[in-house]
Amino acid sequence: MARVLINLPSRAKRGEVIEIKTLIAHPMETGYRLGPTGVVIPRDIINRFVCTYNGEEVFRAELFPAIAANPFIAFSTVATESGELAFSWTDDHGQTQTEVRQITVE
Amino acid sequence: MTSERAVADAAPTLLLARAPPFPACGEGLGRGPTRRLVLFAAVGVVFAPPAAATPAAMEDAIRALVGAATVQRGKVKLELPPIVENGNTVPLTVTVDSPMSEADHVTGIHIFNEKNPQPYVAGFDLGPRTGKAAVSTRIRLADSQQVVAIARLSDGSFWSDSADVIVTLAACAEG
Amino acid sequence: MRVLVLAVVTATVVAAAAAEITPGDRRSGYDFSGPETRAMQDDDTANPGMLGVLQGETLWARKAGAADRSCADCHGDPRTSMKGVAARYPAFDPALARPLDLEERINRCRSEHQGAEPLAWESEDLLALTAFIAHQSRGLPITVQTDAELRPFFDLGGELFHRRQGQLNLSCSQCHDDNWGKRLAGAVIPQGHPTGYPVYRLEWQSLGSLQRRLRNCMIGVRAEPYEYGAPEAVALELYLMERTHGMPIETPAVRP
Repeated sequence: MARVLINLPSRAKRGEVIEIKTLIAHPMETGYRLGPTGVVIPRDIINRFVCTYNGEEVFRAELFPAIAANPFIAFSTVATESGELAFSWTDDHGQTQTEVRQITVE
Repeated sequence: MTSERAVADAAPTLLLARAPPFPACGEGLGRGPTRRLVLFAAVGVVFAPPAAATPAAMEDAIRALVGAATVQRGKVKLELPPIVENGNTVPLTVTVDSPMSEADHVTGIHIFNEKNPQPYVAGFDLGPRTGKAAVSTRIRLADSQQVVAIARLSDGSFWSDSADVIVTLAACAEG
Repeated sequence: MRVLVLAVVTATVVAAAAAEITPGDRRSGYDFSGPETRAMQDDDTANPGMLGVLQGETLWARKAGAADRSCADCHGDPRTSMKGVAARYPAFDPALARPLDLEERINRCRSEHQGAEPLAWESEDLLALTAFIAHQSRGLPITVQTDAELRPFFDLGGELFHRRQGQLNLSCSQCHDDNWGKRLAGAVIPQGHPTGYPVYRLEWQSLGSLQRRLRNCMIGVRAEPYEYGAPEAVALELYLMERTHGMPIETPAVRP
């Protein structure tokens, strides 16, 4: 499980636009670097990031090797109702890591 | 850090009916129409199946960048540091002037570059639930180059902004 | 051409005569970084070095070694027990009769008190644990001060700092005492104060130790870098930390 940092408010007013910042530990190996023996290190990146809000997708990102290591993604969403925000990162091997955070909307 | 020539150097295969015409209105970048042609040739490469991209990602890219429409300058603001301290991690923010309502919102933001091995950097899907059309991330830039952000709106129109960055190398590295 | 050579020689002679940085002029590498790099450091939720600190927090609580003990078992709450610790390292170890840096101290704890294998230099785990511990001193002034025991090691460090080396025949002092603030091929030369180590260096795209950074410097002047843990490396660390005395710890700093 890669280290993750997620910044979002735990409370918000209904209809308020909240900013979410996410950071996940990952080398984002481009597939262009040469290893110590001169052989290309194969590509290995997180290629997809999805945020769902009570099960409904509210944001998605497709990532390519030009995204820096330890990918940082900041975006916004409207605080519609209390519930759960789920953040999923998927890598080239098809592995997904999901983190959930609760939000209270009054 | 080796700077590798963009894939655009190879003859690109344009799968679009025709490349989106770019308005030649001298926006003060001092760049002639030839560079824009090269740029859109680079964009065309995205649609030739790259070796490692997933089909879904490619389909999303095609949907968001349907070639028939004109890409207009405006509405989009691409923020990059003019001088980059290290090309490995370049903070980037794209904001689009949009009410983000059901009727009028940004559906996608796409980032391209000129000189990296691949021209496509990332694509973001937005909608009325996004609230504010703004995304931030950190990208890699292999060399001093132009970066372009294209936004697709709910009415099917495309808008763009570009930025020129100078990439400096770090002093005293490992190799 | 002759005039140019003369000018260069004169400049070098003048530079050699220049003194250390006056205390009032001392500035952290933070001040020499661009606004975006500084912004990355300032935001704990966007600072990639914090990912290492988070990992260190997990390692702190993890039992290890034959003694099946975690750092927490002896040291309890790191926010109190580790507060100020990084600010006084490298510190003298009476048993070994020499200074140890924080990484060595951690490994000695592991072998002596946990019965565990030492963590490899520059390994993710060692960097994470060091960053976590150093982070507990963030904001506190560096307190490293040479006493009689440390004097010979400090003197060695000072000698190494002022010694010309490598194919480029430059000393640390020539860049970092005499020419800080000026540019070296596009990058601004900082003063070389290790306030934020382990640091997230954008060039590495990961956390790294002060020793790794010093190795980079030495490769930069085309000198043979010190091995990790070499007495010269620790002596230089000691000299640098004392030179930085009083400036606050910033771990995890972000630098280009």
